[in-house]
This record gives sequence, C-alpha cells and structure tokens, in this order.
Amino acid sequence: MSGLISGKKGSRRLLMGNEAIARGALEAGVKVAAGYPGTPSSEIVENLAKVAEAGNLYVEWSTNEKIAMEVAAAASFARLRSICVVKQNGINVASDFLLHLAGSGTRGGMLVIPCDDPGALSSINEGDTRHFARLLEIPLVEPGDFQEAKDMTKWALELSEELQCVIMMRSVTRLSHASGNVTLGDLPVTDVKAEFRHEGFPLDPNEGIITSAPVAFRHSQQQEKLKKATAAFESSPFNTYTGPEKPEVLIVTSSACNLYSREAINILKAEERVGILKLGTTWPLPEKLIENRLQKCDSILVVEEVIPFMEENLKILAQELEPKIGRKIFYGKRDGSIPSVDEMNPDLVIAPLAKLLGIEYQAMSEEYATNAMQKSFFAAPVRDLTFCPGCPHRASFWSINNVLKLDNNRGFVCGDIGCYTMATLPTGFSTLKTLHSMGSGTGVASGFGKLTQFGMNQSVVTVCGDSTFFHSVIPALVNAVHHKSDITLVVLDNSGTAMTGFQSHPGLEVDASGGDAVKLDIESICISMGAVVKKCNPFDFEKTQQLLFELLEIKEGVKVLILEQICALSPEKKAKKNFEMSVDESRCKGESCGCNRLCTRIFRCPGLVWHEESGISRIDEAICAGCGVCSAICPVGAISRKEVAYE
Amino acid sequence: MNKSLQFDPYNLIITGVGGQGNVMASRVLGNMFSMNGYTVTIGETFGASQRGGSVMSHLRISSDACYSPQIAKGQAHLIVALEPTEALRVLANYGNQDVKVLCNNRPIYAVGVISGELNYPEQARIHEWIGELSSQCWFLDATDEALKQMRHPIYGNIILLGALAATETIPIAREDFKSIIADSVPADKLDINMKAYDMGMDMIS
Ligand code: SF4
Repeated sequence: MSGLISGKKGSRRLLMGNEAIARGALEAGVKVAAGYPGTPSSEIVENLAKVAEAGNLYVEWSTNEKIAMEVAAAASFARLRSICVVKQNGINVASDFLLHLAGSGTRGGMLVIPCDDPGALSSINEGDTRHFARLLEIPLVEPGDFQEAKDMTKWALELSEELQCVIMMRSVTRLSHASGNVTLGDLPVTDVKAEFRHEGFPLDPNEGIITSAPVAFRHSQQQEKLKKATAAFESSPFNTYTGPEKPEVLIVTSSACNLYSREAINILKAEERVGILKLGTTWPLPEKLIENRLQKCDSILVVEEVIPFMEENLKILAQELEPKIGRKIFYGKRDGSIPSVDEMNPDLVIAPLAKLLGIEYQAMSEEYATNAMQKSFFAAPVRDLTFCPGCPHRASFWSINNVLKLDNNRGFVCGDIGCYTMATLPTGFSTLKTLHSMGSGTGVASGFGKLTQFGMNQSVVTVCGDSTFFHSVIPALVNAVHHKSDITLVVLDNSGTAMTGFQSHPGLEVDASGGDAVKLDIESICISMGAVVKKCNPFDFEKTQQLLFELLEIKEGVKVLILEQICALSPEKKAKKNFEMSVDESRCKGESCGCNRLCTRIFRCPGLVWHEESGISRIDEAICAGCGVCSAICPVGAISRKEVAYE
Repeated sequence: MNKSLQFDPYNLIITGVGGQGNVMASRVLGNMFSMNGYTVTIGETFGASQRGGSVMSHLRISSDACYSPQIAKGQAHLIVALEPTEALRVLANYGNQDVKVLCNNRPIYAVGVISGELNYPEQARIHEWIGELSSQCWFLDATDEALKQMRHPIYGNIILLGALAATETIPIAREDFKSIIADSVPADKLDINMKAYDMGMDMIS
C-alpha cells in the first residue's frame, strides 16, 4: 500500500480496513506483529511486514496461530506493544494460550485481532469470535468504520497497556476487505528497549513472574481489570448515538452492521424516527450509557451478525434495569427479525425496520425484478468455483482420483483447508470426502487408518498443503506414524501460502518481510519420522500415478507423496506461459472420438473450451496459463504444446 | 465534461469473474475520486470467489459521507461489467430502470458451460437483455483489443476505464488516471496503460 509509513499526519487516504488497522498499529508504536495468514485478516500483517525495516518492527508469519499469539505475548512481557492477527478459526487454535494469557495479564499493550467472516465468503465456517471475549473474560472492541479501524487500534493498545490485559479487537470481512477514507495521525518516534523483568516479588505484575496461578488471586485481578475496562468504555469515543432524543425505534449495532443500519435509515428516510446506538466496545457493555439510551425508547432492534451476542447481553442488562427503566421489547435474531445465519446487508436491516415503522418498501418494481431475475437465471447460472488455469492441484487430484479408481477398493481422501479444499467440487473431481479444520485431514485419516480392526479395508488417503503441513499436520503425522496407522499423505507443495496471497512459511527461505530464513524440508521431516516418502512433479501424470499406486500397495504404516509444483498465481510464475498450446483441428475428433470430451467435460481446465459450432475443443488463449498438462489428457494427442523460450 | 456527481452517493458496481482484476479496477477508480476530495467506500469480494466465482466491487462515491460497503438492492446507478453475463446477474439484484451499463464483450465460460452442461447465451441476446434492463448501455471488445494490441488480457480493464471516462456518466479525468496508475505500476508500464486508456476512450462514440 502506498503511504503506510510515509503518509503524513492529517493527510487523507483511501485505505482498506486492514491497512487502516496496520496504520493504527504503527501510530500506536507497535513493535511486534505476528499472525498466521487467513482471509480476511492477512493484509494487516502483510502490510506491516512491508514496512518492518523502515519502521524498525519485528513482523512474522508464525507457524500457526497459537504460536503467533505466544510470539506477540513475549513482546508484551518485554514491555513492547504488539498485535496478533488471525482469522476467526485462529482464535480456536490459540485459545488455550489465550485463556492463560487472560489470567496472567500482560505488560506492553497487546491486541489480539481476529477478522471474522460472517457469511463464510472465504471460509467453511462463520464462527463468531466475540464469544471468546466473554469466555476468556477479556475486553472486546469493534470498529464501526474505516477511520475507527485505525483510531481504535491505537486507543485499544493504550488501554491494554494501562489495564495490563490483552484486548480483543474484532473486525469482519466487510470492514477488513472494504476500503474507505481515513485521515492519518502521527507516527511516534519510539526508542523502546525490550526487557523482561522477573526478579521482583513473584506476584508483582511488573517485576514478578507471568502466569495465571495462583488462580483465584489472578482471576480476581483479571476481573478487576474488566471492571476498569467497563468504566473506560462508558466514555469511549467509539460509542456513539445519532438520532432524535426519543426515537420510535432504537437500533443497537456495531461493526459493519453500523454502516448497514445507517444505510437502511437513510433509504427509508427515517432519520427523524430512528436512533442508532453504535457500540464500539461490545463486551463488557457500558451499562450506564446503555441505560441512558434504553430509558428513552421501548422498541429495540439489535443489528448484528452470526450469533445474538449483543442481543443476549443487552437483554440481561435490560432485565436487571427493568425496575428503573421499564419493560423493553427486543427485536433481533431471537425473534427472527434478523436472520440467524449468513452475513448482513442493508436490505436485511431495511426489512425489519420498515415493518416496525409501518413503511411499505420495495427495492425494485415488481415488473423489473421479475424480468431481470428471469434473464439472469437463463444467462448467468451460479459459477462453480474452479482451480485456476494451470493450477497444480487440478493435475494432482486428476492423478489421485484416477489411482483411487484403479485401486478399486472404495478408497477416499480426507482434506483440510487451502485452495485444495475445492477438491470437494467437480473442479477437483469431487475427490475430497471429509473436510474440516487446518491439518484435520491427516488427523482424521490417522483415525480411519486404525479401523482395519473393525473390518475397514478401504484405502485412506489424505492431502495437505505445504503451509498447512507446518501449521498442524506434523503432530497428526507423528500420531499416525507412532500408531502405525495405514495412511497415505499427499503433500500438495505449491511453495507458498497460496490461497491467502503467498505468505511465507517455514518451508521457504524467506520470512514475512523478505529477509533470510531457515528452510525446513518437508521430505526430510517425513523421512526422519519413519514414513516412506516419494516426491515428484504433479504435472507428470504418469510418474505421479505410478508412485501413488506403489505407495497404496504398501499395507502398513505411513506413506508420503510430495507433489511439488509452484502455484500458477505465484509472483514468479504469473503471466508466464511455459507452453504455447493449441488444439490440432484435424486430430480432435470431437463428439465422435469416444473420449466423451474428456478434456472439457471431465478435466475442465477453464483454458480449454468446447467450441459448439465446430464441434471440437479449443484453447482460450486469454485464459490458458500454458502449463502444458492437458496435452497428456487427450487420447488422440490432439492437444499439442510448444515450449516458450524466455531469456 | 460533467464535473459533479449525478447522484450522491453515486453507486457503481464493477463486476466480473474472479481473476479478471476487479479489485485493481475498483482501487484505481476509487483512488481517482478520493484524490479529488470525494469520500469513497469500496466493498469487495476477495478470497475463495477469486477462484473462478462471480465477483463484485461496490463503489460508493459521495461528496461527504462514508456509506455501506454493500449497496442495497435496486440502488445501482452504473454497472461496469468485465464479463457480460455477470452484468445480468448484477442487474437482477441491484438494477433498476435508470441504471446504465458499460460492458466488456468477452465471455468467460463457467465450468458448467465448458463441460457442456450449460449453455452460454449468444452475444446478441445478452446485448438485447442488458438493453432492456438499463436506460443506457455500451458494449466493447475490451479484452479482444487488449490481447491484440497489448498482448495481455489485463489491459482490457484499463480499456474499460478509458471507455468509462468517455461515457461521461461520472467525472473522471485522464490526468487523474495517469497519476494514480503511475503510482501503482512500474515506470516502464505507464505508456502501455495510457495507450489502453486512450483506446478505451476512442471506443465510445
Ligand atoms: S495448458 Fe491446458 S491445462 Fe494448462 S492452463 Fe492451458 S488449457 Fe489449462
């Protein structure tokens, strides 16, 4: 991004929410940032990594989220400011450490920043991390627009340092990945020295040891901190009210829903009738501020995404306050006014609000809507996700799928998270049969591999990416080797954390900021564990299939096949064709071939298209990445490839 | 050229298929307005849908306030489609009688079309339908020209931005484009981008 560090105080930039958070961290003088890549969170660490040298920061892509949290915590213990950034799942991974960190307290200001993905736009869950704040008993704050994303980062870091307690600042896809104008603040000139003090009285928060025991003592200290946080929240600049003094309906909202709510009021022209209490501090709730607002209105519409987190907390408060403020009627997720799954948008606020206000609202004329719907139905059916043209995963799953069919014992593949998740879809020949969290393919396979005792004789295969291998496959592999589980792991090594934009990982020679790092070799790791290991290029179908077949034949223990081929989108490879491809029109027999249009109907690389009029396949040169793989698919050799020479 | 916005906020949707460069186009356009003092909000689809799914960028351009990163149903003023059938998909959700459409002709076939399970409509039908669902529309062979003249499909997006300027639907200036693009591409790529932009301008008459 332009100007993350050069941007002057007072200048105004169009920033992505994640860039705004990164800038906020710099304005707060953050020294250490750690994370594990995951959409929609990755750009925060990525942008800080870019300016690490200029800004004298330490930034790392940690092996997994728990370690990222520990790395950031160490900085805080040494009295530096730090942030740890993850996507929603990452909080699950880090939660064990976080629970203890919440109890032990911190020193330098520390934020944990989960970016949630309501609607699962780029996830296979829509987990809500806000619950963790309550579970862990740590303060929770949520920016409501782009300027706040920057300003709140700084404010929350200062508060964390004052309270000596980690604070959770939650973002969501529609803030993290949306962009808006932000006015920049000052970048501090800091010259802090890292120092871990541990020689004082053990219970001293600044000089003693850092741990969550003795539990009752530390836990009560933690709750004191929460009370202080609540007091600070009462006057937080991030809790705002806009609307008439006594509105007919009071919307209580936070995060991106703040923008949807504003839009809904605007579209319904209900500015004189509806008020918005936008909360930037969402747990614990600022009770006095809320009491003051609830007092003035009896109909409350709670607008939030995923679980009714604010709604439930507000209801508890309203119940306690009832003798003072009277009975309130709440509308939200529990009564169905707001949907309980999927992400929100302005229309989903307009609907319940219009109903409460007795306004008739129609987004489009009936006639236009029907007409447009019909046309789009015919012309634009849903686009299935596909592997990119030239993607090594298509080639890998082509081979895995073929071998499993040949093996003929109803073998199956357990998968996990990465681009290869799409192998549940036709683009990966529907090869994946179980799919859960990072590294879970190997763990689940390890379990399947022990079921021979109960008569199971299907081949058990699992796949993982290179980054995932380090993230959480290693312990599962240890488990499988140790217990002699009969499984075959295929490592789809595409040299980077491809799904999220090529972040570095322990298998590469570079770190987050492009500096030198020690590369760990997946092959040697697997060999040292005692697995049988083979390696090849997935673009070589014959060899891949032969090796995989051989491995499946070995009936006991863990086998590993490493398929190495760099991602088609990687900066090194992008827009560089290795082969100029063409379909020989005289050879392609089209429908009469008997191959049943293997290339376009089954292999389905978007670079190959079926040309209706001429009745043969063609290469779409705008799309083809020139990987050359499909030439091996055609049974009559009609797809030819010519190597492209580059200087 | 019309110097002010016809609506405030002006709601523009750029749509296409993952991998076509939606985000790049929306960023360039957003920055052009932002540098002129407008308040811009952009909502994007990133992540999984970047792998061949339908993608959209919602741009809200306003003289004062920050708006929702998602436009409400039926509220689009202008749709720029990098892929023709995506224009129809967007019209079904965000269109209205007054909406305008600028559309690239080059189809990107969904896997279902490649595999022969689905049909891709003929260009004439698509033009007719988009015409019916908008108050004004422009079609151009941006990708084809980019492939021919610049030997890379990505310049199709720049051609579209040039064409967008020529439609005079929203106030964009060549110099602004130049200064923004100069900031985001290597120096030796500036000329080819400007050439694409100018080509796009000439394609709208
Ligand atoms: S060479 Fe074949 S498989 Fe590779 S990208 Fe081009 S069309 Fe797809």
